[in-house]
Amino acid sequence: MKREKNLSAGHGAFGSADTGDTSGYGGLVRTSTSWGSSERPFGSYFDEVVDDLERAYPDFADAIEQVVVYRGELTLHIKREKLVEVALILRNKLLFEVCLGVSGVHYPTQTDRQLHAVYPLLSMTHNRRIRLEVSVSEADPHIPSLVEVWGGNNWNERETFDMFGIIFDSHPGLTRILMPDDWRGHPQRKDYPLGGIPVEYKGATIPPPNDRRSYR
Amino acid sequence: MGLEEKLPSGVVLTSVEKLAGYMRKNSLWPATFGLACCAIEMMAAGGGRYDLARFGMEVFRASPRQADLMIVAGRVSNKMAPVLRQIYDQMAAPKWVIAMGACASSGGMFNNYAIVQGVDHIVPVDIYLPGCPPRPEMLMDAILKLHAQISDEKLGPNRQKIIQEVEAAAMAAKPTHQLKGLLA
Repeated sequence: MKREKNLSAGHGAFGSADTGDTSGYGGLVRTSTSWGSSERPFGSYFDEVVDDLERAYPDFADAIEQVVVYRGELTLHIKREKLVEVALILRNKLLFEVCLGVSGVHYPTQTDRQLHAVYPLLSMTHNRRIRLEVSVSEADPHIPSLVEVWGGNNWNERETFDMFGIIFDSHPGLTRILMPDDWRGHPQRKDYPLGGIPVEYKGATIPPPNDRRSYR
Repeated sequence: MGLEEKLPSGVVLTSVEKLAGYMRKNSLWPATFGLACCAIEMMAAGGGRYDLARFGMEVFRASPRQADLMIVAGRVSNKMAPVLRQIYDQMAAPKWVIAMGACASSGGMFNNYAIVQGVDHIVPVDIYLPGCPPRPEMLMDAILKLHAQISDEKLGPNRQKIIQEVEAAAMAAKPTHQLKGLLA
């Protein structure tokens, strides 16, 4: 698989410069997506959740890198070494009984933290939702598994491993779940080629989208 | 002064090929192979409103051993391809395949790494049914066209000869992208 990094922030959905982009997003302007920690008060129940966590977890300042409130969601950016500790506290003390899985995100431009894993949590007792986010580099994509904390994360972590190549350490059976077992590469990474074959029409051949757009 | 005139009344003469074709076309057993949205239309075709039972084939068999028609309804992913081929191999001959919808016929809108670009890469297809998804009427039309094809099917050496002729014609045919059509 050819891997190139040319996906900087810029114009167009696929970094296209000419008329080759047929997605309709050619005029899209992307801005940088990094923002720092939010200031108190966070609003809603978020202050209460953060206060509770600070009381229940003395290591808070060291383990939590950022507390971000954005678009009505509270996200705690956690160091990966502390993830399981924080998750246990959140489950046992703050009663976040449900973890709704893990999503991967790939930011090719963020040096040393290209891969993010996002865990949406739900407390059914308090009717509260927060998100945990862990970021690692492509060179060292290891995150401790949360299957021991929330058993339902088993297949979700396999999916994130399959699609993004994040390796969840101490997962009971980390194998591919969507792609065939012998597949190479991780398709949801931004630098993974879309593939496809040229389509033949009468008198013409249309190249696959991968070659028509400038993200090839 | 033919043989027919000497036969008692009520006896009809035909060829073995025609008789076998008649029997086969009226006793098609489809295998369930719904893979995506086309499967919903396939189910609708089997239901009361469109009533595939008129052609005696409303019961979709879950076992390929009991089926002789595979309706590939939906896009086939690379991971599903070996499964589809195994199901096809397990069906008892003679057997037929309908590629239902754009995705099964050509990959459709999924021109990417994950989807097989036309199910004819892995199994021989008898009828390509266009549409995204095709309406149940279109599926039934495809099935009726397949019925006509089956009832005319030759047996033994005649069949081998036709297969060879079709193969030779396909090899000699001009590729689609070289056909100019109205562009010439």
